[in-house]
Amino acid sequence: MVGLGQVFLLWLRENLFFSWRNGVLSVVVGGFLLWIIFLLGDWFFLSATWSGGIEDCRMRQDGACWPFVRVRFSQFVYGFYPSVERWRVNVVMFVFFTGIALLVWERTPWRGKIVLFMLCVFPLASWFLMRGGFFGLADVSTGRWGGFMLTLVLASVGIVTSLPFGILLALGRRAESLPFVKAFCVVFIEFWRGVPVITVLFATAFMLPLFMPASVNFDQLLRAMVGFILFSSAYMAEVVRGGLEGLQRGQYEASDALGMTYWQSRIRVILPQALKIMIPGILLTFIGLFKDTTLVLIIGLLDFLGMIQAGISDPRWGAPNVPFTGYAFAAVVYFCFCYSMSLYARHIEKKFSAGRDRRH
Amino acid sequence: MSEAVDHPYRERRGVLRGLWASRKGRGLIYQVLLFSVLLLLILILVSNAFYNMEQRGLKAGFGFLNRTAGFGIVQSLVSYEETSTYGRAFVVALLNTILVASIGVVLATMLGFVIGVMRLSPNWMIARIATIYVETFRNIPLLLQILFWYVAILKPLPAPIDLFQQGESFFLSFNNRGLVFATPLPQAGFSLVLWALSLAVLASIAWSWYARRRQLQKGDQLPVLWPCLAGIVGLPFAVFLLLGLPLDFVPPVMARFTYEGGSTVVIEFFALLWALVIYTAAFIADIVRAGIQGIPYGQSEAAYSLGLKRTQTLKLVTIPQALRIIIPPLTSQYLNLTKNSSLAAAIAYPDLVSVFAGTALSQTGRAIEIMFMTLSVYLSLSLLTSLAMNIYQRRTQLVER
Repeated sequence: MVGLGQVFLLWLRENLFFSWRNGVLSVVVGGFLLWIIFLLGDWFFLSATWSGGIEDCRMRQDGACWPFVRVRFSQFVYGFYPSVERWRVNVVMFVFFTGIALLVWERTPWRGKIVLFMLCVFPLASWFLMRGGFFGLADVSTGRWGGFMLTLVLASVGIVTSLPFGILLALGRRAESLPFVKAFCVVFIEFWRGVPVITVLFATAFMLPLFMPASVNFDQLLRAMVGFILFSSAYMAEVVRGGLEGLQRGQYEASDALGMTYWQSRIRVILPQALKIMIPGILLTFIGLFKDTTLVLIIGLLDFLGMIQAGISDPRWGAPNVPFTGYAFAAVVYFCFCYSMSLYARHIEKKFSAGRDRRH
Repeated sequence: MSEAVDHPYRERRGVLRGLWASRKGRGLIYQVLLFSVLLLLILILVSNAFYNMEQRGLKAGFGFLNRTAGFGIVQSLVSYEETSTYGRAFVVALLNTILVASIGVVLATMLGFVIGVMRLSPNWMIARIATIYVETFRNIPLLLQILFWYVAILKPLPAPIDLFQQGESFFLSFNNRGLVFATPLPQAGFSLVLWALSLAVLASIAWSWYARRRQLQKGDQLPVLWPCLAGIVGLPFAVFLLLGLPLDFVPPVMARFTYEGGSTVVIEFFALLWALVIYTAAFIADIVRAGIQGIPYGQSEAAYSLGLKRTQTLKLVTIPQALRIIIPPLTSQYLNLTKNSSLAAAIAYPDLVSVFAGTALSQTGRAIEIMFMTLSVYLSLSLLTSLAMNIYQRRTQLVER
């Protein structure tokens, strides 16, 4: 019987100390890592200010200033949404996260129906609920939306609307027999993928009012959304194209041979299979979109990062440890969301294809 | 009579039905439909735009490029004054974008390759650190990283005015205004140093060409890197010393609130560059790792059994083969870095978007012309890159068995 201690020693020898140079390297790098962890732990927890207000933070500057986050937390989440109406946002977020949790858990019954609900019914319902203005619900203009809620709204709108557009664009790009449709799709996709996201937002923010009739008044949020929809459809189209090209030719030929029409074959044979392959790609696009929502800060919308930035710039909260605390808090939140999504994407990818695990 | 009315109607209906019945016909209908919808949309948008511009008293055209801009730009690679034209401002802004993008690409590639190779290290600790790096920086929005480096790290640096407490002037300093250094002023004879430099570069190219040919013919390896480096650094330096240091410096000196003279690379440049490099390197590292893992392990085993060490195997066997997988996604990362440099607008680094699509647009109100110019710059860049990539892929595919 080999003891657990021996196994551990063996592991150490094989992975950290297999040559004297690597042994030294491991010790140095490990020590450096421990030192960083200690510094961060000290800054964020041991030396941090936990209670009180800005005066306490100014007194103790060698640690994080958590009162900053505590006091402004509701603003970080809801923006300037009126506090008596915030239950609406809570309801929407509750349904959103419950739906996601149900979809991630693989043994949930009626997953297909839940997907349909989340993609079609839920976005519209939550838009009307949060916007209000009917059935006695107070009207909350989008100018008051902000914080994490706005981040979720922008990212979800981008992903939900980009799916159908992306599918159509990808199908059009592969339609060899329709040269005009194909050319249009290629130009559309390559144009929006080729320009920076921030210029798309600038373009919709400044140019949309020029191209609209004077009677139509797009608010700032809608303009940003138009920008998001345009470029996320183009990105999604490339993901869908990858999925379509990943399918074997036989699938196309077989459905043709069965006498299916173009749309029958796409809807019943091709897309159900291609969409399954595409899930990791869709998730990665969503991560990118989620990170890109921060750019609305530049055109003056206050999303989650925007709210934190506004808090940091507030002179009443002027202390050297406040920016660090704010950005670290934002970084942790964004990291948790993006990293869990990328873990899930990898999990699904692994489920579909067994990967090699040999090292060079 | 009724027949005469009825007949053409039925016939027309029949034609459409006939078209719809065949795949080709349906395709034609789709195309015509898309074309007419697009045409209608464009007509509506253009007529709206004309009407709105007339209402605002704007005239379309690029004439404004010759007008005086009237705003300053904190950093310009070519001479620029407040009295310069908008066209000049465009050039200055474009050069600033190119500056940060090109340096960023080089640094991100180096860092990315190092981290990517580290991730495959047999040493558990090294591989783990590289993984933590990649996962952390990839999953935090770039804008947040830029703001973090700018607001939390670089802005709290000491101000230049604090530096003068030690003396009246300084030679080189990194403060919250940026990298401030004494401006070098070439004196008579300095051009000889430049000539020496170009001579050394030419000689190095010739030497490495000769060494390569000799290796192909006879198989022995001549030293290339060190002699060339020694020549490129040593020869101009020797000439510089012999001529008696023909270079003067104009140091920054204390002024009322800040400093005068000297040269400055603005702090926003470093914040943007640093964030872009850190962020993009995380993506490049993953591409490099995937590229190396895409090479069959037998290649490494064969190299090891030939007696090559791990670093030699990577340099001579694995990476050259992996490059074929690495380069296409790598170029798209370069493109991403260039596009992401437009986030400069958030910290007011004077790049194309911040100066031209920002300041110039709000001053002139010429949204259409300015957005057109800005978008075409990025678009032509990405089209050129994808063209080059297509050519590259076609060429490497020929090598494939």
